[in-house]
Amino acid sequence: MKTFALCGNPNCGKTTLFNALTGASAHVGNWPGVTVEKREGVYKKGSEPIAVVDLPGIYSLSPYTPEEEIARRYLLEGAPFGVINIVDADNLERNLYVTTQLLETDLPMIVALNRMDEVEKAGDKIDVRALEERLGVPVVAISARNGSGVPELMARAAALPAARKGRSVLEERWGQTLAPVADAYARQNVPSPLFHAVKLLERDEIAPANDEAAAIVAQTADNADLEAAIADARYTYIAERLAAVKTKARREKLTRSDKIDKVLTHRVWALPLFAVILFAIFHVTFSEDFLYIGAWASLGGGLPSLDELGLSARMETFVGIFYDGAVFSPGVILFNAFDALFGLITDAVGGAISVGWLSSLTADGVLGGLFAVLGFLPQILLLFMWFSLLEDSGYMARIAFVLDKIFRRFGLSGRAFLPMIMGFGCAVPAMINTRTLADDKERTATVRVIPFFSCGAKLPILTAVAGGVVQHFGVGNAEAITFCMYLLGMAAAVVSVLLMRNTTLKGETPPFIMELPAYHWPRFRNLMLHLWDKAKHFVKKAFTVIFVSTVLIWLFTHLDWSWRYVGENGMDRSILASLGQLVQPLFTPLGFGSQLGAYGWVFAVAAVVGLIAKENVIATFGTLGACLLALGADVGGVSADVLLTDQEGVAATVAMISATGITVPALIAFIAFNMTTVPCFAAVAAAKGELKKGTFRYTLLFWSASGYVVAAMVYTVGSWWWTAFIWAAVAAAVILCIVLRAKSKRKLLAGHTTGGEANA
Amino acid sequence: MAKLLSECKAGEHGKVLSVQGEGKMRRRLFDMGVTVGAPVQMRKKAPLGDPIQVTVRGYELTLRKTEAACVEVEI
Repeated sequence: MKTFALCGNPNCGKTTLFNALTGASAHVGNWPGVTVEKREGVYKKGSEPIAVVDLPGIYSLSPYTPEEEIARRYLLEGAPFGVINIVDADNLERNLYVTTQLLETDLPMIVALNRMDEVEKAGDKIDVRALEERLGVPVVAISARNGSGVPELMARAAALPAARKGRSVLEERWGQTLAPVADAYARQNVPSPLFHAVKLLERDEIAPANDEAAAIVAQTADNADLEAAIADARYTYIAERLAAVKTKARREKLTRSDKIDKVLTHRVWALPLFAVILFAIFHVTFSEDFLYIGAWASLGGGLPSLDELGLSARMETFVGIFYDGAVFSPGVILFNAFDALFGLITDAVGGAISVGWLSSLTADGVLGGLFAVLGFLPQILLLFMWFSLLEDSGYMARIAFVLDKIFRRFGLSGRAFLPMIMGFGCAVPAMINTRTLADDKERTATVRVIPFFSCGAKLPILTAVAGGVVQHFGVGNAEAITFCMYLLGMAAAVVSVLLMRNTTLKGETPPFIMELPAYHWPRFRNLMLHLWDKAKHFVKKAFTVIFVSTVLIWLFTHLDWSWRYVGENGMDRSILASLGQLVQPLFTPLGFGSQLGAYGWVFAVAAVVGLIAKENVIATFGTLGACLLALGADVGGVSADVLLTDQEGVAATVAMISATGITVPALIAFIAFNMTTVPCFAAVAAAKGELKKGTFRYTLLFWSASGYVVAAMVYTVGSWWWTAFIWAAVAAAVILCIVLRAKSKRKLLAGHTTGGEANA
Repeated sequence: MAKLLSECKAGEHGKVLSVQGEGKMRRRLFDMGVTVGAPVQMRKKAPLGDPIQVTVRGYELTLRKTEAACVEVEI
């Protein structure tokens, strides 16, 4: 089967074409060595099946971002049969730039001229045949959106001869140099010799070493600024010969994108509008009081709670999905619906098995763990949907444009905003998204703070513990506590980035040179396929890591060291309990260690299982709550029935609070610890794939330290307010050290060099 | 009149005279179409005053003032 690489600029409709070609046959893998997604599929509608590989969008074959490097490496070393170069007909000039570079390789190539329908609708014309003649490779006008031209594209791609000799638009001017250099490379058996000859002329580091070639280049082009001249020559050629095939109709002054931009990047309204959009996204996904109907009603008589409606038990379960004193947001309704369904399954399965331990293992251990993860699937997918809508429409680029000045203060570019905000959904795709950042140090800093943007799986810990605090101590408001914890995470991220960019990850603020793509309606099909990919990934995670870890946790809580089943009321002799007791003193400075006494190991255990997956924490809370009850601890009146129906973990938290006598600051410290410590297995694996070698170890160290320090700070300040002064003094000392060191370094540099260079 | 792209006013048209700056950033400017002779139009500043938005080669490009200061244009 022939393999074609799909290559072109970002925002040129590449994903739409890929989805149109491969449909459901596509699967997501990884590029060798990195966790960057590699999407592959098969086009089956032609005379022969053709494999298609979707490359990351690139502006040039001189890589600037890690993504572009992956694309170039695949083209040169991945041995595809040929390239389908997708070109946005609406933006011909810049899109053809990478085409002129691809032409220089020896790969068989075909150009797909996309968005021809839109060009024609605007009244413009493109002479496709003239373009084909001038490029010397087939050009097919298509519309990836409605599929027109795609069969012809693939038929002509399949018919491409297996060999093509690279040619360059630079030959007219530098032909005399390029030809002998390419010959020298050809004799050395370098594939695509002409491409490498141009690279050598540009002084790109990937040009292979060849003395003969180097000598020729040194002769002709000694000190000329060939990099500038070559880029200039390409664009001049494109403007004069290639883009000239397009004739433009008279244009109205403002395009649709300009009009939208007038509002979304308005001098005054841009920032408030963005805040409103972000708030709306979280409101629709997570709010339990949709549109604040409940809050509005409480100004008058208020809406009745679910209990007050006086419904039959079955009706109550059903209505409870949508309503309890307030209408739930779509995200919460989806969550509740799944939750109700899972509850039914768990009860049915648990009831059907009569053997005590087996019933407990399947219902509490296996199903409980699985459903704890799958239950968040709807909300996480919803969050994903909003973010991909923002990204696909072109608004995300505007957000970077608007926020860049703020991010620069922290030594980051506005582009770093997207992966951070994605962290609120899930850290794994957020970390993968950092590959669009060009600067290594910026990437490392961003990957490290992504877990602080509390992800969907950490939300249940927040709601359960906050709910427990409100119910048991009668202080505060669960939503306010949750919100403050989100703020704490963000503050930790800001401080960490500032600290890192001034110490270990010191470097100049990376440049910010970015396209603002024209606004486009997101494609429904793309969105659905994207969500389907994410759902698959999530379900796979639920059935592998989480499944295994919940079974292990169940076994460790129900077996003792000699592998005997200890049952529900012997759990304090279990393996997990003794391990918990072992690590318990470690958490003393954080408030949930030795001071909690005999039952205190439950918090230590919950914190440790969270390192596998944060979803485990609440699942473990349930198990531990039941265990405390069975042990006869004072659980504050929580009964076994309440624990069974307790889906959010609030009752289990209350049981743990009463049994251990933990204080409010320690509980808040417990949340803070979970938010700022080492993230789940999946995120750690993603970080390992995305980070440069050597920095991963320090990243793990950083996470261990950050969680410990933040939680210790929360606990001590919360318990004894005057400790705030000690923390402030320590912080001041650290800052002073950094400033002084930077100064002495600058002085040292100034002593050796002139002032101008010292700043560099 | 020659001036730096970073100093242009919204709506001003010009042609690129030269592109200064260091390796990777300069290379990127070239790849994105900011080459000598390219017509550019300053569109607007971001709400906080920086970065700026310019039209070049028929599309919208955003860059910071520090990067735009490497680009000299003839108005």
